[in-house]
Amino acid sequence: MFRCKTVWNKLAPLARASSTLCLQNARKSALRHGRRLEMVQKAQMSSGPAGGGGENTLYYVLIGATCLGTGVYAYRTVSGDKERYNERMIEIASRPKQGPQAAEALAEVVAESKEDAAPLESIPEPSSEPVKSEPVAEEPTLTEPPAEEVLVTEADVESTESEPVAEVPVTEPNVEEPVEASIPEPTVESPLREPVVEASVTEPVAEAPAVTQNDEPLAPVVESETEPTPVIIAEHVPEASSVSEIAADSKAAPAAEPIEPTAAPSDVPEHAPYLLIGGGTASFAAARSIRARDPGARVLIVTEESDLPYMRPPLSKELWFSDDPKAVETLHFKQWNGKERSIYFQPPSFYVSPADLAKVENGGVAVLTGRKVVHMDVRGNKVKLSDGAEISYEKCLIATGGVPRNLQVIERAGEEVMKRTTLFRKIEDFRSLEKISGEVKSITIIGGGFLGSELACALGRRSTDAGLKVVQMFPEKGNMGKVLPEYLSNWTTEKVRKEGVSVITEAVVKNVTYKNDGLEIKLKDGRLFKTDHIVAAVGLEPSVELAKSAGLEVDSDFGGYRVNSELQACSNIWVAGDAACFYDIKLGRRRVEHHDHAVVSGRLAGENMTGASKPYWHQSMFWSDLGPDVGYEAIGIVDSSLPTVGVFAKATAKDTPKAATELSGTGIRSESETEAVAGTLKSETTATPPPTQQKEDYGKGVIFYLRDQVVVGIVLWNVFNRMPIARKIIKDGEQHGDLNEVAKLFNIHED
Amino acid sequence: MSYCKQEGKDRVIFVTKEDHEAPSNAELIEDDPNDPYEDQGLILPNGDINWNCPCLGGMASGPCGQQFKEAFSCFHYSKEELKGSDCVENFRSMQECMQKYPELYPQEDDDSAPSGGADNAPTASTSTDSFPTSSPDSTPATTKNLAAS
Repeated sequence: MFRCKTVWNKLAPLARASSTLCLQNARKSALRHGRRLEMVQKAQMSSGPAGGGGENTLYYVLIGATCLGTGVYAYRTVSGDKERYNERMIEIASRPKQGPQAAEALAEVVAESKEDAAPLESIPEPSSEPVKSEPVAEEPTLTEPPAEEVLVTEADVESTESEPVAEVPVTEPNVEEPVEASIPEPTVESPLREPVVEASVTEPVAEAPAVTQNDEPLAPVVESETEPTPVIIAEHVPEASSVSEIAADSKAAPAAEPIEPTAAPSDVPEHAPYLLIGGGTASFAAARSIRARDPGARVLIVTEESDLPYMRPPLSKELWFSDDPKAVETLHFKQWNGKERSIYFQPPSFYVSPADLAKVENGGVAVLTGRKVVHMDVRGNKVKLSDGAEISYEKCLIATGGVPRNLQVIERAGEEVMKRTTLFRKIEDFRSLEKISGEVKSITIIGGGFLGSELACALGRRSTDAGLKVVQMFPEKGNMGKVLPEYLSNWTTEKVRKEGVSVITEAVVKNVTYKNDGLEIKLKDGRLFKTDHIVAAVGLEPSVELAKSAGLEVDSDFGGYRVNSELQACSNIWVAGDAACFYDIKLGRRRVEHHDHAVVSGRLAGENMTGASKPYWHQSMFWSDLGPDVGYEAIGIVDSSLPTVGVFAKATAKDTPKAATELSGTGIRSESETEAVAGTLKSETTATPPPTQQKEDYGKGVIFYLRDQVVVGIVLWNVFNRMPIARKIIKDGEQHGDLNEVAKLFNIHED
Repeated sequence: MSYCKQEGKDRVIFVTKEDHEAPSNAELIEDDPNDPYEDQGLILPNGDINWNCPCLGGMASGPCGQQFKEAFSCFHYSKEELKGSDCVENFRSMQECMQKYPELYPQEDDDSAPSGGADNAPTASTSTDSFPTSSPDSTPATTKNLAAS
């Protein structure tokens, strides 16, 4: 278009002339129907500089040139777009959480590694079929029947074509990774050669830096391949060089970051009566529920993370407020009642080792860390792991949660920007951000929801002591803009600002660039911000990679696996937690991303896996704390687009600001409120005492969210220990004429 | 005096304490105690023990879960005059098991003693758990129970 414009501008004088002529012609021909252009022109009195006939030609030339210009431009744009599209597809495929399908499309090379002969012996593996490769963190592996080794070699050789995207950090093959003490690891550069005898020695393959393919000729590859030829035996062939392609990863997490799994592949049991995919809150709750109901149950949890199951809320709250300098290491925090605990649900001694799971007398819960389930065979009732191992099950739970979303502008911005961006979800993200907060001068949080606001407040706390500038920006008008009604959202934003955060509302990020060893964020309205580090808290993308292989439905409205009201996806498969889009009998189909929901749904799934057949009935709740003054609990559908009725305690002369009395000094709760020591352990405040009508103080109250006159959601604003009443109101689902009467049930004026 | 205002679709009511003193006339539906869907307490309507009760924390699901269940069941159904006196053996084996996992079942005085009876068993899970076995709830209506019980 621009090109056309320049062309147009250049020929402007001529253009004007001919265009005026055109207009006049048009008018005249409109008046005289059917008169052709030429004839009309001839009737003109005077013409442009070039004279009558010449004008025509010029006119045609001009139009022709314009069309040509358009054509050229269009062609360029389309082909440029195609290129960009391809690049993007490659980039997407390189992301760790993207389905193996995508990666497979690109990664044709097989990465080989030592396999565990024992459990896999009986399992025939497809030969040279490229294994679905898990980019970045995990290494695609392939087990090959020995006879085809030669074939494989060739295949490997062939497929070692260069990956256009490869960033070519040639990381060492997985081999180098010190696996487990029990396994002697020859630290060979490329080829890893293992005598068959040691085939039984296992190597946790799960996380391994993959080697990028470079453009080198096949020679070195061939060499490394030929080395292990003598090794052919009926066992699984431990293949040598782990030549694999990395779908180049431009993310902050370097490809070479190996995460040590805590169990060796030899520990992978072949069969688990209860298989739980995912090792988070929902999974753990289900494990507990199963064990409680089915005596002697053997439960296997398979998780991609390297940690045992833990709870996430303290990662953005309590752990930041801990006085203990070791808290980052030990991950211990103080609960609101003063008791200290770890974020891990249970210490390691609670769990049985996967290898012993089948044998231990009364069953138990085993956790297989660092392994990802990449394929589900629903008809055969088995799953395949990233390292090729297969596990059959009788009942399976999918509790894969999700991955943090990122902003497109950041993804497109290049590696330097990605390196300075944190997507916050796991323990390692917490540790990394904690470390960074001590090193940089400014951090910007993009996102105004729960996580963003909590992190902003947590970092804001540190801002004064550490000389750290904390900025939070989001498109809404106020913090929690999608959850709280506007007046409350504005009030909350003020509170967040008081925590030391510079809040930028109505900010849509247009692009981010790396400049002068820092980041420059440009907003759509032109504002420019410089910062050292970005935390993107813009939502969660549910992990539904198994949907394809398992033939499970994915919900198009809410995302996640579609399950019924009993959390069941199909006969032997249930889904719980963040990844489950379920039917709530009272509130309709929804997907909830909160901690208590993970507990409730995990527990329910566990019950249903042991035959209970109960629907989702116990409504889960959630809570958030934003500094010492703002704390609320909520239940049901809390969406600011719904009409709301808020009932607040009117501040009187008697109300005074009270300091938080809680031990940790921050009014932050993370435990069941039924344990509350009534009245003493919550924070209360009235920001301003005087009860003048102009100054609204939303100190404490109840907000009802209505849908068709029925209360579907309730927020308890600075009132605590009333959740059972709220739950009851939602459960009843009645139309209440006067919500003030309903509000009376909460006794908001009491402590 | 309370007052009310409207901010677009949102209504805000400010109420004084006096206004809220009158009892509410909002109608709530009676709860059905036999509702099968509702979360049950420790003892189910038919008299059985609800092992999935959050109040038990991880007691029934841990490594010593089996022993715990046996001991507690024995106590629950015990018809002796001194309830649970016929269950000494069960409690002893439970205590033995628990001693093997000091991390999970921190030993405190008298809490795991067999003669303490099952009364202490659930409370054992409450008081002895300074470590993360659970944050036990006395009611099944768990609200913010992070320990996933």
